[in-house]
Amino acid sequence: MSGEASKRSLIFAFAIVAVAMFFVGYLASALASSNISQVGAKTVTKTSSNISQVGAKTVTKTVVETAGLNPRLNVAGSTTVTPIVEEAARRFSKLYSGFKISVAAIGSGPGIKAVGSGEVDIGMASRDLKEKEVEQWPDLKPFRIAMDSIAIVVHPSNPVNGLTLEQVAKIFAGEITNWKEVGGPDKPIHVITREKGSGTRDCFEHAVMKPFGKEISAKAMVQQGNPKVRAAVANDPLSIGYVSLGFVDETIKPLKIDGVEPKIENVLKGTYPIKRNLYVITKGDPDPAELMFIGYLLSSEGQKIVEELGYIPLYSVS
Amino acid sequence: MRRRPEILMEVLTWIASFIPAIIAGTLISFLLFNGASVINWKFVTGFPERGGLEGGILPAIIGSIYISALCMLIAAPIGIGAGTYLAEYAPENIFTKVVRFFVELLAGIPSIVIGLFGYVFLVHGLGLGFSILSGAIALAFMILPWTIRVSEEAIRAVPREYRYASLALGASKWKTIRNVVYAAARPAIITGLMLGLGKAVGETAVVMMTAGMGITGYIPVSPLDSARTLPVHLYLIAGEIANTSEGLKMAYGTALVLLALFLMVSIPSIMFRNYFIRRLYGDAG
Amino acid sequence: MKTDELIKISTSLCAGSSILVVFLIFGYTFLEGLPVLIKYGPSFLTGLYWKPYADPPQFGLLPTIVGTLSVSGLAISMATPIGVLAAIYLAEYSGGGFLKSLIESATQLLVSIPSVVLGFIGLVFLVPTLAKTFGGWGFSILAGGIVLAIMTLPHIICISSDAIKAVPREYRYASLALGASRWQTIRRVVLPVAKSGILASIILGLGNAIGETMAVLMVIGNPEVPYIPTSILDRVRVLTSTIVIEFNYAVWGSDQMRALFAIGVTLFIITAVVNLVAFYILGGRIYAKKA
Repeated sequence: MSGEASKRSLIFAFAIVAVAMFFVGYLASALASSNISQVGAKTVTKTSSNISQVGAKTVTKTVVETAGLNPRLNVAGSTTVTPIVEEAARRFSKLYSGFKISVAAIGSGPGIKAVGSGEVDIGMASRDLKEKEVEQWPDLKPFRIAMDSIAIVVHPSNPVNGLTLEQVAKIFAGEITNWKEVGGPDKPIHVITREKGSGTRDCFEHAVMKPFGKEISAKAMVQQGNPKVRAAVANDPLSIGYVSLGFVDETIKPLKIDGVEPKIENVLKGTYPIKRNLYVITKGDPDPAELMFIGYLLSSEGQKIVEELGYIPLYSVS
Repeated sequence: MRRRPEILMEVLTWIASFIPAIIAGTLISFLLFNGASVINWKFVTGFPERGGLEGGILPAIIGSIYISALCMLIAAPIGIGAGTYLAEYAPENIFTKVVRFFVELLAGIPSIVIGLFGYVFLVHGLGLGFSILSGAIALAFMILPWTIRVSEEAIRAVPREYRYASLALGASKWKTIRNVVYAAARPAIITGLMLGLGKAVGETAVVMMTAGMGITGYIPVSPLDSARTLPVHLYLIAGEIANTSEGLKMAYGTALVLLALFLMVSIPSIMFRNYFIRRLYGDAG
Repeated sequence: MKTDELIKISTSLCAGSSILVVFLIFGYTFLEGLPVLIKYGPSFLTGLYWKPYADPPQFGLLPTIVGTLSVSGLAISMATPIGVLAAIYLAEYSGGGFLKSLIESATQLLVSIPSVVLGFIGLVFLVPTLAKTFGGWGFSILAGGIVLAIMTLPHIICISSDAIKAVPREYRYASLALGASRWQTIRRVVLPVAKSGILASIILGLGNAIGETMAVLMVIGNPEVPYIPTSILDRVRVLTSTIVIEFNYAVWGSDQMRALFAIGVTLFIITAVVNLVAFYILGGRIYAKKA
């Protein structure tokens, strides 16, 4: 009995191994068939770009090493700022190899806390430091790297194209709960908001809720981070949420507020009611490596990234 | 008419017993169906772009392997040592009773508490920062009870006669353990440890709170580098992609790679473990 | 002789290290968590509002505890019938062999599938499906319950089938010899004898469900201020998800951070009680089996 059972289980083991091999084989074939046409092009561009970069790379590497820079930069904070810093980190570490930059999107509040308590080297925030935070960590140094606004967004299938600021405030306060009250279908409104401590929420509350003396309803769905709000709005035809300008894409529809579209020129003109600054923050004066990176963000290269990603650069780069 | 409940119950239990297999099969084929198309060379060897919505997952793969391997490097020797002590040296005294009790206690601590502890103690308190080292140590805390248990079981299962024979030939106790007991227990210990490794590969909360959540543009090399492992990457991007978006494929692909890595570690060990348990204890059924 | 002593000491140190680790984790968690528990007293467990950012902050855990119990309770009530039936089949009807080892392997696989993968599938498949079927958000106790049921099912199957297998064969022979049918034997003889083991498996499953984090976190919605749920379509927070959501918002040394440790203490006490009850029901048989 026992011998037979173990024999059977061995056979079964072989069956499983065979399935696993099939799986691996499938993967291999998927790998092999991928982009054969691209291989040629790739090798060409690779070699040509390599040749020009080799010199620069070895030079910068030795600069990084001999200057005793700490090439490990952990950056964390606002999900609004993250795309800028992430892209900048990518280009920056191509320019100066030897840097290891990790960028975590955890929200403005946690970012300020993380840099204040020394967990990370650079924090990111999409709002000004609060008094409490300045009190707790008096040596935080914010650097403004870009400007931004907030778009009120709905599902693309939603017939509503614009709201007044007051309507938005009432919707988020839970006083307007049906789309038909603002000219839409007779369906409930699913309100999606950000978590407490988020810079985007903070700014939204100041610009939209405060003027009408309202507060965001506790019944609203909370999503941590701009990407999650965008995904949640794109998934739910009845939803309304708010995201940074840099996160507006074709999966969601930004609403006109009092007839004004959330466009960069309207924000700069002051006709669109929300405008804010984006910061990176260091604890004390930045060390040379941090300074290099922040300098890159503020350079025309860095500001070009800001503009490409849909945020508002500090100065015109084009 | 009297036969009806008989057959009904047999069929019912039969159906119920298939449900786990059906669920497991459905999950895996669901992921395969949705994610297989995204898996290509670029995905497996590329770096994440746009917050993981484009590009590849190489740093996450390497990070996952690195952290789980380092965690095993810490937990395996301690586990085997403790298992040896409990099975070979321990006179049933108060110390071993306390140790057993504490091992059970450690096994019962929810992983999230270990994560929180790791975040406060390792990352902040000891100043290791969000790093592979912090993650590996916290993970080692989590799987330590498992490694101790499987080593003890495996060593205990070695027949006494083997030891008597070796001791009778004049070998010292340690020599007997090293040359005879370990040799006999090795397959069971290794498969047990592999299952522990599978747990470490799939763990999310603990690693997220200790090794960091940052998207990294580099391959982690030093244990002090921060890393985002596959499960953490999957968790973080899962909620960030609309169901309508093409980027969702990235999440499916990540889940598939994670599952493949996990299955590679655990399927052989599950199979061999079943085999050894049958061989050692006889067919329990 | 000398190496033997050395080895003995070093392996005992290895064994002792587990004590050290437990002390470290416990000591730290309790030391951090107790001040909040003392400061807020019983209102920490019975308070209705969890508002860590309010001034003064409020830490009331009751809705979260209710949420935890309702999600894991729902999961257990879904997993138990299936699990026990499957255990009966594995222990009583299946003759061993290929089918049995297929089922057993699948069960073991399901035990250890990374929970984040389950959570991910819950998020992209279950939640939208529930939203379409029942309206509302989709993120709900129900979604969490289903995902958790999948995770606890294998635990229940494994431990229950062990308990059923442990019933001595003679009992079955005696019943069958008296002319009872197979199912009658199972229902009147085997199950009553295995009852404590099955109960223990359910309780252990509950303990597992309460301590589970990622899969649940991803599908239950986590409202900002948790409220006591009135329907299984309500969004809830569970103890574990509160820790994940707030750990990097909590400032060092603040009451919020301590409150998270206090949740850790609560969580630990709940799981310890659950495990102790199961241990008591099994009459120490877990140890007996392992040794």
